[in-house]
Amino acid sequence: MSAILPPADRLWWKQPIDKIEWTWIMLAFTWAMIMFVMMIYWHINGKQNLSTETYKSTREMWTAKAEKFIAENTVRTETDQQIPVVKVAPGGDAYLTASLWKWWPILELEKGQTYKVHLYSMDYNHGFSLQPTNINIQVVPGYEHVVKMTPTQAGTFAIVCNEFCGIGHHSMLGRIYVK
Amino acid sequence: MATTYRNCPRTGLQFDTEAEKLMRWNAVVGVVFLLIGGIMALFVILTRWPSVKLLPADQFYLVLTAHGVDMLLVWIIFFEMAVLYFASSTLLRCRLATPKWAWVQFWLMIVGAVMGNYAVLSGESSVMFTSYAPMQASPFFYLGLILFAVGALIGCFVFLGTLVVAKAEKTYEGSIPLVTFGALTACIIAIFTIASGAVILIPTLLWSVGIIKEIDPLMYRVVWWGMGHSSQQINVSAHVAIWYAIAAIAFGAKPLSEKVSRFAYFLYILFLQLACAHHLLSDPGLGSEWKVLNTSYFMYFAVMASMIHGFTVPGAIEAAQRKRGYNNGLFEWLRKAPWGNPAFSGMFISLVSFGFLGGISGVVLGTEQLNMLMHNTFYVPGHFHATVVSGTTLAFMALTYFLVPVLFKRELILPKMCALQPYVFGISMGVLSLVMMGAGTLGVSRRHWDMAFSGAPFQYEWPGAAYLMMGLTGIFGVIAVVGGAMFCLLIVGSLLFGKKLDEGKVTTERTPFPPNTVAANVSSTGSAEHVAVPGTMVLAMLLLVSFVLYYFVNWKYLSEVWGLS
Amino acid sequence: MADMQNEEIPFMQRVLDNHFLLLFLGIAVPTVLYIVWGIMEIIAIPIAK
Repeated sequence: MSAILPPADRLWWKQPIDKIEWTWIMLAFTWAMIMFVMMIYWHINGKQNLSTETYKSTREMWTAKAEKFIAENTVRTETDQQIPVVKVAPGGDAYLTASLWKWWPILELEKGQTYKVHLYSMDYNHGFSLQPTNINIQVVPGYEHVVKMTPTQAGTFAIVCNEFCGIGHHSMLGRIYVK
Repeated sequence: MATTYRNCPRTGLQFDTEAEKLMRWNAVVGVVFLLIGGIMALFVILTRWPSVKLLPADQFYLVLTAHGVDMLLVWIIFFEMAVLYFASSTLLRCRLATPKWAWVQFWLMIVGAVMGNYAVLSGESSVMFTSYAPMQASPFFYLGLILFAVGALIGCFVFLGTLVVAKAEKTYEGSIPLVTFGALTACIIAIFTIASGAVILIPTLLWSVGIIKEIDPLMYRVVWWGMGHSSQQINVSAHVAIWYAIAAIAFGAKPLSEKVSRFAYFLYILFLQLACAHHLLSDPGLGSEWKVLNTSYFMYFAVMASMIHGFTVPGAIEAAQRKRGYNNGLFEWLRKAPWGNPAFSGMFISLVSFGFLGGISGVVLGTEQLNMLMHNTFYVPGHFHATVVSGTTLAFMALTYFLVPVLFKRELILPKMCALQPYVFGISMGVLSLVMMGAGTLGVSRRHWDMAFSGAPFQYEWPGAAYLMMGLTGIFGVIAVVGGAMFCLLIVGSLLFGKKLDEGKVTTERTPFPPNTVAANVSSTGSAEHVAVPGTMVLAMLLLVSFVLYYFVNWKYLSEVWGLS
Repeated sequence: MADMQNEEIPFMQRVLDNHFLLLFLGIAVPTVLYIVWGIMEIIAIPIAK
């Protein structure tokens, strides 16, 4: 009977399934398996997989590393805030700090080179949103995330914060130069 | 006090008087919070509309938090309590177990909802619905949510208790109706949701009053999403049950196969909740194996289940319509459907929007690597406005049109406007989700007050198309708010001023189901009354083709961004 | 027809009619696969050098 009444047939499990319904079930099943395999395939053959390399860290431990990185590699400063522009050696490590409400420092990278970008938040959750490329990574306080990035285009890129982090959230804009 | 029952003269449904009162009050309070959330929605949309930008930043984040909490939790869960009581006591023709506890459910949820709203509106808890630690809200925010959740948990237990009573008192034979089975699925997911909520919100409450020193931010995200995402899976189960219910009520449609539909629900019970991982795909620290297995609902079995429901619901309608003689061509059954009946039109728009917009975008968003293209962009709210609003809220609205005469014994006022409302709301919400997803594809952030980044040390200019999408978001958002307002007006108006209808006989005797006659058994067994559903197959193939194309287009986009490893 | 009334109910139908078994499964599966496994992943994250 109808869906709002108990099934009239005592042994409803034994009712045959219509051919057209079986066809759809098998199509849905096949598509489900394709999508599942696709993620695994991309891990093996794709060039865009988010690194899972992560370390627990503290503000002190992080600040020591990040300040050393900036002190050794700064090439100039920009804007009234004197934001250091740091040239990262190809294949080298870069330390990018998210805090209320800035991305620090500005990174200078080269096209086609691979860098280990370390992301860390000093306070709340932040969102690393690289524009206009549109790559989005969550930055969680207390966890140092090491992401290997290979820029494929030259230009000036913006890092928008796309995780709500308080009243100044909208002004949290960082920069990456790719030469 | 003895239990009394009322037999509805219009539908033949039987209501436990106390349960009926509970359904009415839960639904009414739900609609009140829908109204509050809708007012908040208007402020949100008018602020994100770049050329209007109504509110300052602090007020924007405040109303956005209130909008999220009132819509995603309060309105929907109040309504779901009414659905649970309906699916148990009414559909099983049984007394409601422990009606006193059900009233505790109601009052605890009210106290919780009011407290949560107070905490947000007083300005001290603009932490968004997600309230990620270490960002801290006032203790009342967490306490309000906890009380609300405890109330909902009691409601779930009353539902389960009613199933036990019905079985013990043999009010039905064999298995529970499919719609009740769907409600059971929703109830099981709700219990997992609330348990996860308790595990994370109780320590967070203690942290907000200074008893616990620290909450691990990543641990918070994992367990919180056990609540935050699962709560939306309750909705999926509930609104699919409502699709089946409306198909049954409006057409006398019976499921194509009890076995297939119930097994699809069984897959929901097992795997749907794993999708909480959708929010953590771009997070540090969680392994790819964990991400892949969870985000895919264990190899996409729950997606398969949704695709099955998406087939069997219109399939049941097609079969019922063809039996009535609407047998010409592929789609006469659909053309001759009662499009002027808001219960049907709302349900059907909900079905189509959920499948084509919400379902496809959800799977793409929830693919481990593709998530990096959209995580935390405007695409995310675009997706869930297609699922939770076009899908769930519209299905609930459709059911409400059916419930007003049945439960409230009032005729709907302004029937022409009632017939129009699902189209205004459904279509504008569909377009809204699309343009929101469009803006998100271009990178625009969610939960962001200013696309121009005023006060930032640099400038970043979004593509012109992003501004166009955000402008359209503003326009269609306002139309959707109007559609929602029409609904609140029509329902509240009908409850107050609708023509009173005959309420039927109230007795202390329970009326059992009409007996299952042998004839009924024969007619529903085997292929004797087999009806093919080619029209549904065409619609389903259209869905599959769009799905496959859109899925691979996104892999193409991904292959063009920077290398990541 | 007489046959059908006495025939044993199939296993899967009995599972789907056993509401508390479903409740157990619906809580156990996500708790193990999502919550417990997820928390173990977080606990296993090494300390930064």
